[in-house]
Amino acid sequence: MRGTTAIKADDVLLELKDLHMYFGKVAALSGVSLQVRKGDIHSVIGPNGAGKTVMMNIINGLYRPQKGEIRFKGQLINNVRPYERASLGMARTFQKVEVFGGMTVLDNIRLGRHIHFKSGIISGAIYAGRTAREEIEHRRFIEEEIIDLLEIEHIRHKPVGMLPYGLQKRVELGRALALEPELLILDEPLAGLNLEETEDMARFVIDVNEDKRWKVTCLLVEHDMGVVMDLSHQVFVLNFGNMIMNGTPQEVQNSPEVIKAYLGEEDMYATRR
Amino acid sequence: MPHGDKAIGVKAEDAQEFPKDLTIPKLFHQQAKRYGKDRVAMREKEFGIWRPITWQDYLDNVKYIALGLIKLGLQEGDKVAMIGDNRPEGLMAEMAALCARGVGVWLFQDCLMDEVRYIIDHSDAKFVFGEGQEEVDKVLSILKDCPKLKKIIWDDPKGLRQYDQDCLISLRDVQELGRELEKEKPQLFEELIHKGHGEEIALLFYTSGTTALPKGALLSHHNMLSMGKHLMEVDPCKDSDDYVSYLPFAWIGEQMMSISCGLQMGYTLNFPEAPDTAQANIREIGPHVMFAPPRMYEQMTRTVQVKYLDATWLKRTFYRFATWVGYRVADMKFAKKPVPFYWQALHGLVYATVQKKLKDNLGMSRVRNAYTGGAAMGPDHFRFFHSLGVNLKQIYGQTEVAGISVVHRRGDIKFDTVGTPIPGTEVRINQDGEILTRSPSVFQGYYKNPEATAKTLIDGWLYSGDKGFIDDDGHLVVFDRTKDVFTLKDGRPFAPQYLETRLKFSPYIKDGWVIGDKRDYLCAVMCIDYSVVSNWADQRKLNYTSYQELSQMPEVYDLVEKQIRQANKDLPDLAKIRKFTNLYKEFDADDDELTRTRKLRRAFVEMRYKEIVAALYSPNDSVHIDTLIKYEDGRQAHIVTDMRIVSIAG
Repeated sequence: MRGTTAIKADDVLLELKDLHMYFGKVAALSGVSLQVRKGDIHSVIGPNGAGKTVMMNIINGLYRPQKGEIRFKGQLINNVRPYERASLGMARTFQKVEVFGGMTVLDNIRLGRHIHFKSGIISGAIYAGRTAREEIEHRRFIEEEIIDLLEIEHIRHKPVGMLPYGLQKRVELGRALALEPELLILDEPLAGLNLEETEDMARFVIDVNEDKRWKVTCLLVEHDMGVVMDLSHQVFVLNFGNMIMNGTPQEVQNSPEVIKAYLGEEDMYATRR
Repeated sequence: MPHGDKAIGVKAEDAQEFPKDLTIPKLFHQQAKRYGKDRVAMREKEFGIWRPITWQDYLDNVKYIALGLIKLGLQEGDKVAMIGDNRPEGLMAEMAALCARGVGVWLFQDCLMDEVRYIIDHSDAKFVFGEGQEEVDKVLSILKDCPKLKKIIWDDPKGLRQYDQDCLISLRDVQELGRELEKEKPQLFEELIHKGHGEEIALLFYTSGTTALPKGALLSHHNMLSMGKHLMEVDPCKDSDDYVSYLPFAWIGEQMMSISCGLQMGYTLNFPEAPDTAQANIREIGPHVMFAPPRMYEQMTRTVQVKYLDATWLKRTFYRFATWVGYRVADMKFAKKPVPFYWQALHGLVYATVQKKLKDNLGMSRVRNAYTGGAAMGPDHFRFFHSLGVNLKQIYGQTEVAGISVVHRRGDIKFDTVGTPIPGTEVRINQDGEILTRSPSVFQGYYKNPEATAKTLIDGWLYSGDKGFIDDDGHLVVFDRTKDVFTLKDGRPFAPQYLETRLKFSPYIKDGWVIGDKRDYLCAVMCIDYSVVSNWADQRKLNYTSYQELSQMPEVYDLVEKQIRQANKDLPDLAKIRKFTNLYKEFDADDDELTRTRKLRRAFVEMRYKEIVAALYSPNDSVHIDTLIKYEDGRQAHIVTDMRIVSIAG
């Protein structure tokens, strides 16, 4: 368990202010505010249907909130498109893996690297020289930083669709990392994984967060409370579109409100350990 | 020699003279100076690229590690333990320990905590080289039980950010210490190397032990080097050859290929990127020489058989025809009969169309000699490889002779024997039928275990504990471990592993355990191969959720029965399996059922599954199981099941 102290303004990487999101008359989020500090693993928990994924989709730009502000690195990004947010340094993985099944692992990860390619269409057509050098540089990054980190050497050239689910999740994480994001949004990275895969994935999240090379801030949506409480610096609890509380894992675990919200939801506290 | 004994081989005195003062470090130093920067000593695939390490790099690395160890307080004869995957740093650490006049101890990478504790403590190891976090964690957790341990050296920083224990030091820092020491005493490294003598202990090697706790065999430099030299006299390698090192260094066979032979011949050692990529990496390298225990070859055979089952009709037909021709030609060669020209022509055709490609897929396209040893290999597997044109040879050896002592010669291969002794080696069979060996490679004794040494080493002869005989062609035939040999109902001896290896030729069978010593008939407990049988079941739309459930399905029983009938064929009635049952789990080394080299620990399984054995010899047609099993991650599961018992009528 890793607690932290109060947040200073210039440390904030992502800020949500009074977000409201409606689907017709259904309020998915009503007045949610959150500050994610640089370097933290900030978890978002809540029962099914609490609005966690909606929140992620808003941050990532798939949905636009009817009201409220989203600031990333101090910049207001309400009207910034998802792909532009990616170049600002935001990457995500999905609850249900969204990989290109027919492409190889390497190609999937390369795709995440796309926004870092500088050479244009003409230079790309000629290829020799600049583009070739650039591509080798990117390939080196992928091999040394991603494939080595995620231990997927043995499946480098396999089509992702043929791989077991746990490995597909890893590939998806690899693709997100290829963007070299500052903020990594992980939407239920452990769902559907067995114990060993869960441990591996938790390990990778810690590595990415702590390692000098990466130092990526993570926004983690997860149901496995054991992992959430172990990994997180801050936990944000959401229920029916409302924030219940935000605090250190310790505070959250001891909060009567949180316990009340989860009453009858024993599964929420279930962990595989 | 007592009357009635039969002996084969050449006495050490008659074999070519071999300098006794040569040590592994001296040879290493010579070779590194000779090849320098021009030749590649090792190659490792890292970040997707094969990266060469020249002999000069190898020498420099070893030098600084060795001096670093000295600086950290290594003294003559101190033990240095190593654990980790096959990688250049592992071999460098071993070589450095030897150069610094220490003794190397290797642990299996997948050793459980108790084994690690036992070996580190028993060997009095002062230093441990671990690869990364996993190994460091293992050693840290047993630190308090091993007071003699001073430092843990790691080389992969992944996951070790927050470790600040004083006993930890990185390989790089050790080398830095070595560089400092070199500045003070520039001649020290070479002085240390030249001090050595071949009779000194080089390695303390723990045997896997099918029966008891591992025993530490002491091997001298001369043991190791003479063994390598004699094998290379039989099957010479060139310094331009390639070898892929992917089996654990804690297995003597790998030491023999990487150190004893590799150093003398100067061939290139190639290390795969990760354990999972070994098979693909072997194919990329296309080694000239291979040495692996039977299970590796069994795995290859299985891969081919499974691919065959999934192939199209046309491909299957081609393959069937090609293997039919291959078998015919291989059998003629085994019988030392000339191969008629039309068979040669046909064989050339099927070789070009099928077998060449198959060989390439298995990474064997350049293999000159492939060896198998360490356990029994079934004749079916053996013939399979010869039908492909792979020159597979049996060897016989043990840790106590620093590797091997008996091997097949080119053109003189009989698949039921292990061949004839290598130069300098005598083999005889005593009255009890036990195989005895005498050679310069016979080990120096067990560490801290004089009783075991006295039982094993008598008048320079090594008592192997294996039963065997010498056939009319002067080949050694290994029957089985003495204590494993059965007595059938009619009093004849019978080697269960013979039947077990035959069973394993079926792709559906992972392991078989044959029971029946001094009983009326033979029985077997079978472990299905989960991946192959589940594939088979999927095709038949059978529903199951786990290994346990799949293994107990009537259809699977029928399938296994068919495989047993196949293995039973041509055997005398009493040596046929009459009853069998499918076990609810696979045998596992972590459960102590197998040794780390996957040999069945018969006495142990007999104890553990005594209800099953009892049921097999009772009129019941099922046995109730209520037990706890432990998964690899430490969880336990309660298993309640009824295992069917099926009789096989004559």
